[in-house]
Amino acid sequence: MHKLRLNLLHLYMGLFLVYMLAPLVVMSGAAFNDSKLPSIVPWKGWTGKWFSEMIADERMMLAFANTLWVAVAVAGIAVLIGTAAAILINSVSGKVRTALYGMMISTILIPGVVIGISTMILWTKMGNALGTEFFLFNPGLHLSVLGQVSYIAAMVMLLVLARLQSFDAGLEEAALDLGASHGQVMRRILLPHLYPAIGAGAAVAFFQSIENFNVTQFTRGGADTLTVYVFSKVRSGITPTINALAFLLIIVTLVLAVAYELNRRRKAHEEAAREAEARRAEALEEAL
Amino acid sequence: MQDLLRRYGPGLTGLICLLVAFWLVMLVIVPNVTLFEQSFRPYLPVVDIGGPKDTYSFRNYLKVLDGATETSLFGIAFSVPVHVKTFFQTIWYSMVVTVVCFALAYPLAYYMAKVVRPRTVPTLLLLLFVPLWVSEVLRAFAWWIILAFKGPLNVLLQGLGLIEDPIRWTNMGYTGVMVGLVYTYVLFMIFPIYNAVSSLDTNQIEAADDLGASWWRIHWRIVLPHAKPGIASGAVMVFMLSAGSLLVPSILGSTTSQWFTQTIDQWFKDALDWNTASAYAFLLLLLCTVFVSVAMKVFKVKLSDIAK
Amino acid sequence: MSAGIDLEGVCCDFGSFRAVDNANVSIRPGEFFSFLGPSGCGKTTILRMISGFIDPTQGAIKIGGKDMKGQRPNQRPTALIFQNLALFPLMPIWENISFGLEVRGVDKATRRKKAEDLLKLVDLPGAADKMVSQLSGGQKQRVAIARALAVEPAVMLLDEPLSALDLKLRQHMRAELRAIQKRTGVTFIYITHDQGEALAMSDRVGVMSQGRIQQVADPRDIYNNPVNGFVASFVGENNIFEGTAGAASEGLARFDTAHGAFRARLAPDAAGKPVKLYVRPEHTVLTATAASENSVPVTVSEVSFEGAFISVHSVSDHGQTITAEIRNDGSATVPQVGSKLHASFEAARAALLPDANVRG
Repeated sequence: MHKLRLNLLHLYMGLFLVYMLAPLVVMSGAAFNDSKLPSIVPWKGWTGKWFSEMIADERMMLAFANTLWVAVAVAGIAVLIGTAAAILINSVSGKVRTALYGMMISTILIPGVVIGISTMILWTKMGNALGTEFFLFNPGLHLSVLGQVSYIAAMVMLLVLARLQSFDAGLEEAALDLGASHGQVMRRILLPHLYPAIGAGAAVAFFQSIENFNVTQFTRGGADTLTVYVFSKVRSGITPTINALAFLLIIVTLVLAVAYELNRRRKAHEEAAREAEARRAEALEEAL
Repeated sequence: MQDLLRRYGPGLTGLICLLVAFWLVMLVIVPNVTLFEQSFRPYLPVVDIGGPKDTYSFRNYLKVLDGATETSLFGIAFSVPVHVKTFFQTIWYSMVVTVVCFALAYPLAYYMAKVVRPRTVPTLLLLLFVPLWVSEVLRAFAWWIILAFKGPLNVLLQGLGLIEDPIRWTNMGYTGVMVGLVYTYVLFMIFPIYNAVSSLDTNQIEAADDLGASWWRIHWRIVLPHAKPGIASGAVMVFMLSAGSLLVPSILGSTTSQWFTQTIDQWFKDALDWNTASAYAFLLLLLCTVFVSVAMKVFKVKLSDIAK
Repeated sequence: MSAGIDLEGVCCDFGSFRAVDNANVSIRPGEFFSFLGPSGCGKTTILRMISGFIDPTQGAIKIGGKDMKGQRPNQRPTALIFQNLALFPLMPIWENISFGLEVRGVDKATRRKKAEDLLKLVDLPGAADKMVSQLSGGQKQRVAIARALAVEPAVMLLDEPLSALDLKLRQHMRAELRAIQKRTGVTFIYITHDQGEALAMSDRVGVMSQGRIQQVADPRDIYNNPVNGFVASFVGENNIFEGTAGAASEGLARFDTAHGAFRARLAPDAAGKPVKLYVRPEHTVLTATAASENSVPVTVSEVSFEGAFISVHSVSDHGQTITAEIRNDGSATVPQVGSKLHASFEAARAALLPDANVRG
């Protein structure tokens, strides 16, 4: 490739990374600026007070706790449903498969606003029709969970399905042939193969839930999640406590990402070593 | 189905089917059918629901035609209903965002797939993933800080001597919204294109180069056609996310920018008229369905390609 | 410990396609039995019906005299070795081997002990804690055998397990498999499309074509006395002549061909059916002068040296290719290409056989 074009591409990549990461730096920086308005200019000196104010902000802490339980619930349910859906899709074919798969995928494309309103209307109308005050039929974060699951399950399904396609169904037959029960086949053979995808699915579901706004906004009733809380703060005037929170979230994300990458490298390294050993054994056999 | 039974037995198969049925019926089909049904009913006090006034009509949909506003296109002035205008502005600016994202993402995706050393790619992906994992509201908030009247961008530009006086970025029509949407969703364009270009055999590029094709012809004839499903997938994702976004337009919008989702939100939260909100939400859903279908036709791709 | 298997009128249909048609065979306890045939002949379907993954459309499968109808794979006293081995990649070797015991609730120490014993049996000591991806093809093979043996099956079913190995290793593993079978006394049912494999290892062979079992016999009989043209052609080479058979006397019949009249053995149940004459290249001789019977004048067209023998291809006046094999004893004279000779064969070595047994 032409030298100039190559250098331009390198430069572009660098600039793009700056573009992607600079806003996060600005936001983090504002967490340490001793200024009432969240900004890095003008710089009024270092302070850690926004972190202590953040801890003292009970509404934010409550929103944080809400976000966590909603995300855990969504991840749990979405993983269950998504995995079941992937297994089902993988075992049907033809028109049934096309129809089911199309319906599942389309949930990702439905605007969150639509999901939020439709979930809210369905469950509250159902409550009215049944004439019950049971909590399930009232607005609240449990409805946010249901609404979020409706499309996050499809993401889990896609991840698990991709992994399923590299699964040798012969392994299940081998296990059955050796006397395993259906439950044992699922637990010892299929699920261990799927765990990486299920883990990734759970992580995706967890983070998607944390960042969800649209569905939550329409279904939450009076409860806050972090996203909703930050949103309301931005509109009503904010202090850099949000930045302190953002800084902590970015750090957690970075640590998790680096840990993931290191783990991936270690695994790849181990696998390469094993394959090298198999090749050596193969060579030995040839000399036999 | 036979296959499932043979592998996992009746108990587990039943559980699997039950979970999928709960998802598709209770969380997808019935809510959307209810939304559709409710959108034709009037907004009534609780006592009147089910009474003689509770009849089906298009009245909720016709509300988009209320309240005309002066507007101009290509220098021609005409008057158009407010919500219709919002609707088309949402479509238009979502398309602009999509195009800008593509322009930003394509060179980058090509760079990661074909230029940079393969060992560096995981690190690059990791760095790009960081903003994606940080939630949407915080990404929008970051730009709210940056674009502020006394914010870092104006300070930087003034420091470089590019501008004399600070600019009110968030009061320039849709500028703030555009900036926020592009930043928030450009990654959804990069990854599918990156995946598509990665699967292109590098020998094809070298063969074209060897046959004397210029760099732009290589892209036009070899790389772009191969990346088409990825582009379609990215374009659909970015458009849908942009058109459906409520956060970014609310945080970075100006007094003169209105997004269709904001209109829906106002019907729902401020007017408490869920029925009209349903009708508007259904219009949004319809728009998205039409857009995806058209995109699939134009790019000649299937839904399953988009989901990759 | 080992059990016999009886297939009684077994049929298997996939939609309108009949994969296995009226299979009747009785496999003895402790026998090494091979099903031999080209791909698509139904041999794998038979194996999957015995293991319980497919139900027969008609007929009964009995293991140790007991009808297996309704018994699922995990309830049958069989262990299957898959073509691709199907080792569990996420379990270490010893867990792979003892998986069948684990699902039966055997405690860990016993399982570990059993796995190590079996690894010794298959000549892989010390591999217990390795992962599958660390093993070579031959080693995986041994693990698969050990895993199947661990559940102490009455019958072992092997689906072309050697096909992935290279030639030398394959021959080595043949001898090993045979030795393991003799040591354990378990009934082995072996599926293959490789005639050399089937003939070398088996006590008896069932040759299959188009869903039907053509012949069941010991390897010697299969080669020397094939019952029809398919078996003769699938197991070994032949020179084939077309023509019409006359009446038989003392087992030999007159056979009129374009090359004149021949005499050959007529298969007992072939009377009245259209037949062809089959004679092996190693039973075909080339001489300078015509023989007293079954002799055809030919011109040598190609000579290829195969090591243990020399293959001489020649063409008759009617354009038919006739191949003769000369054993290479170190001093054999090799005919020149272009030389005019006479190809002949003994009547007792040539057989008049009907075509394959297929549905009409």
